[in-house]
Amino acid sequence: MPDHPPTLAPPGGPADQPPPADLSAPRFLVSLQAAVPDAVVALSHFVGDWTAIVAPARLLDVVGWLATAPEAAFDWCSDITATDWPPRPERFDVIYCLYSTRHRHRIRVKARVRDDEAIASVTGVWPAANWLEREVFDMFGIRFSGHPDLRRILMPDDWQGHPQRKDYPLEGPGELLLENPIDWLTLRQSRDEADIE
Amino acid sequence: MVDAVVIPLLKIVIVLVATLTAVSYMVLLERKVIAWTQARLGPMRVGPHGILQPIADALKLMIKEDITPARADRWVFTLAPILAMVPALIVYAVIPFGPAVEVFGRPVTLYITDINVGLLYVVSVTSVGVYGIILAGYASNSKYPMLASLRASAQLISYEVAVTLTLVSVVLVAGTLSLVGIVEAQREAHVWYLFAQPVAFALIVIGGLAETNRAPFDMPEAEQELTGGFHTEYSGMRFALFFLAEYANMIVVSSVATTLFLGGYLRPFPNVAAFGVLDIVPSWMWFLLKSFAFLYFFIWIRATLPRYRYDQLMRLGWKVLIPIAIANLVVTAIVRVLLVARVGADG
Amino acid sequence: METPAVHHGAMFDTDELVINMGPQHPSTHGVLRVVLRLDGETVVDADVVIGYLHRGIEKLSENRSYTQVILLTDRMDYVAAATNNVGYCETVEKLMGIEVPRRARYMRTLVCELQRIASHCLWLGTHAMDAGAMTVFLYAFRERELILDLFEEYCGARLTYNSMRIGGLPQEIPPGWDRKVREFCTIMDGKLVEYEELLTHNRIWRERTKGIGVIDGAAAMAIGLSGPSLRGSGVPRDLRRDEPYAAYDEMDFDVPIGLAGDTYDRYLVRMEEFRQSLRIIRQAIDGMPEGPIVGRVPRLIKPPAGETYHAIESPKGELGFFIVSDGRSMSPYRVRVRPPSFCNLQALPQLIKGHLIADVVVLIGSIDIVLGEVDR
Repeated sequence: MPDHPPTLAPPGGPADQPPPADLSAPRFLVSLQAAVPDAVVALSHFVGDWTAIVAPARLLDVVGWLATAPEAAFDWCSDITATDWPPRPERFDVIYCLYSTRHRHRIRVKARVRDDEAIASVTGVWPAANWLEREVFDMFGIRFSGHPDLRRILMPDDWQGHPQRKDYPLEGPGELLLENPIDWLTLRQSRDEADIE
Repeated sequence: MVDAVVIPLLKIVIVLVATLTAVSYMVLLERKVIAWTQARLGPMRVGPHGILQPIADALKLMIKEDITPARADRWVFTLAPILAMVPALIVYAVIPFGPAVEVFGRPVTLYITDINVGLLYVVSVTSVGVYGIILAGYASNSKYPMLASLRASAQLISYEVAVTLTLVSVVLVAGTLSLVGIVEAQREAHVWYLFAQPVAFALIVIGGLAETNRAPFDMPEAEQELTGGFHTEYSGMRFALFFLAEYANMIVVSSVATTLFLGGYLRPFPNVAAFGVLDIVPSWMWFLLKSFAFLYFFIWIRATLPRYRYDQLMRLGWKVLIPIAIANLVVTAIVRVLLVARVGADG
Repeated sequence: METPAVHHGAMFDTDELVINMGPQHPSTHGVLRVVLRLDGETVVDADVVIGYLHRGIEKLSENRSYTQVILLTDRMDYVAAATNNVGYCETVEKLMGIEVPRRARYMRTLVCELQRIASHCLWLGTHAMDAGAMTVFLYAFRERELILDLFEEYCGARLTYNSMRIGGLPQEIPPGWDRKVREFCTIMDGKLVEYEELLTHNRIWRERTKGIGVIDGAAAMAIGLSGPSLRGSGVPRDLRRDEPYAAYDEMDFDVPIGLAGDTYDRYLVRMEEFRQSLRIIRQAIDGMPEGPIVGRVPRLIKPPAGETYHAIESPKGELGFFIVSDGRSMSPYRVRVRPPSFCNLQALPQLIKGHLIADVVVLIGSIDIVLGEVDR
């Protein structure tokens, strides 16, 4: 066992580093903030990637603008995924990685959603989102309202639980399924620490 | 008594045994030739260079469990492989492997029988073979075989008409339906019909590939599309019957094409005395050599070409082969009438 | 059918036939299942069922150290394992700000392009096999074997290479290896002619592929196609050129695109990519700089808290890694793979609608999927 007690709390959320003061955001991000006011909660910049954190209710406005505005022209939906931060009330980050073939730039759009909350589907903007959102639903249990065909995709149809959640044990359900996800995260943390020693 | 019963029976036995052996070695030949085409060795384990492979295959297929799917139509399911195999074998009754020769001082013809409607018989009997495929697909009560059997029916209609029309033009030239008669007609005409009827020859080659379900027309058993095609549900010896029937049909098609277009058992230049030295090789050997060239061509095609789609085969059949066959028939008929008229005027 | 006769086969009565293609089927390239609704042999509707090979690689990654994840990435696109290694390692390097030495970047480029040829060989072979051209299959595998031999000599493995490390490469190239790569390039030049003789101008092949599965550029973008499948529709998007990684910014190569967006054009694009890859390999070998093969990497791989997405051009398309670090654990907080095969496969129902069963297998081959990557 490690010397220090396993009291290290699980991370409460992503770092989301704010952009350095001397770095100005790309022009389309500034325009976005002007065109869709109050939708962008924060901007983040880390190792060259820009991320716009948006309010989930305004997601469709934001991605709609990003997909159509000539200066943004994000015509290609690269990836949709999610991360799980159990201690946070808005537990999930849903992340949209977008790419513009015209300007060859990228942006990540991030929306924080609660467990009991559905987020709007972007399949109307990019049909490619169909399977990607299905996978997020399958793995995290995040519901997408307006999705044409929200079924499980990788796991069997009758599967219980959503494997990519942090409270879903690696070994599968049934063996180590703890009541409280925090307990399990703490356990994992202490195991990691033990490995390092 | 001997001439009427014993000799024909002996000939039937010899032809059957020879055919079945040839068929199994045909499989080995195909595997070997394709392997060489594809820069590999083919069967090498059973006997030197895999020479005993057909025997091992036959043994394996015989001792395999014979499965009938629970919801199959049992009778038809059993009947289908027989229906595929039997026509392929009985066609050999009229194939002339050689002319009459003397064996132990007794004249023996190197064919089982020579009926005056030989070619008609061949066409009819080989057409029955496809019912084996259709019924197999139907009786399996399974989706992929059913699709395959539908393909087989569509394919049958598309090429059979063209092939038969083409055969008619050959018959017009030869003036007889007897296969022996056609060979002898080529001797008298001093030319193989390959040169007299090149279009017909090309049509027969294409039609022959389709007839035997060989690549590039092997849609009914396209394993990449329909898993196993019509024989998906078959196992053991029943599967083997389908398999052997396909190769037996290949040999039939090669034999018929050899007879019709390559002078059958005749040596090259049968009327030129200068080439008399070629008579060292017996006539049946010439026949086998020519047929073998055909078979080799079939295998070669299989190793080279991708597969047609079945609607493309239909299009080829109806829009290309049949018009050409009809045109060929008409031209042949006109030329024939003109020739006869001239001969009549001369006579 | 008009007459209500008694049929033994119940299927004869239905107008539409539902057929399960896979998960055990010779041409689904693994455990893919496509539920086809057929009218005759024409596909009316298709539903793609995946997940038979789901091993939870993303979940596993959260419980392994950063270095151990490299070995998991091998198991995704197992016909282009080294490309996965490169994609993952570069993402971690981006996260940690590690500078990779120039020689290592050249070697990565070399390995990636060899891998692209190997992957395209497998694609070509299976694609042609699905259309019934079995000789091309064995020819393509014969050349793939040469690449596997090269890889075996380099890293000891033939399929799952584990051939990259964070910050560089695990070992130097063995002596004489570059000569063998050069020899391989010469052999491959000739073999490409051989493949093209068998297919490109073959009438049957053209009839089987021209006009099949047409998708225009805009539709292809919308459905998320990437890689050669997208370029076949005329969209000139290649991450090697657009967002250069490894040493691609120093390489001179062309990005082939198709015009019609059909199976034949996707085929031509990949055939040209063989040549471009050979061109890049020659440049990488000729211009291989001297120097270290590993950058300055901390002993403990523990990136600062943060997240990043980095994509590379795998043989199948855009292979992206999204990695989240919590800044204190030895293992990533989240690893997300953007699998090109998964996203390309999504276009399949759209492509096969209205075509025949025989085209379904051709189209599955045409979008070049690997189920290990689709299901992860």
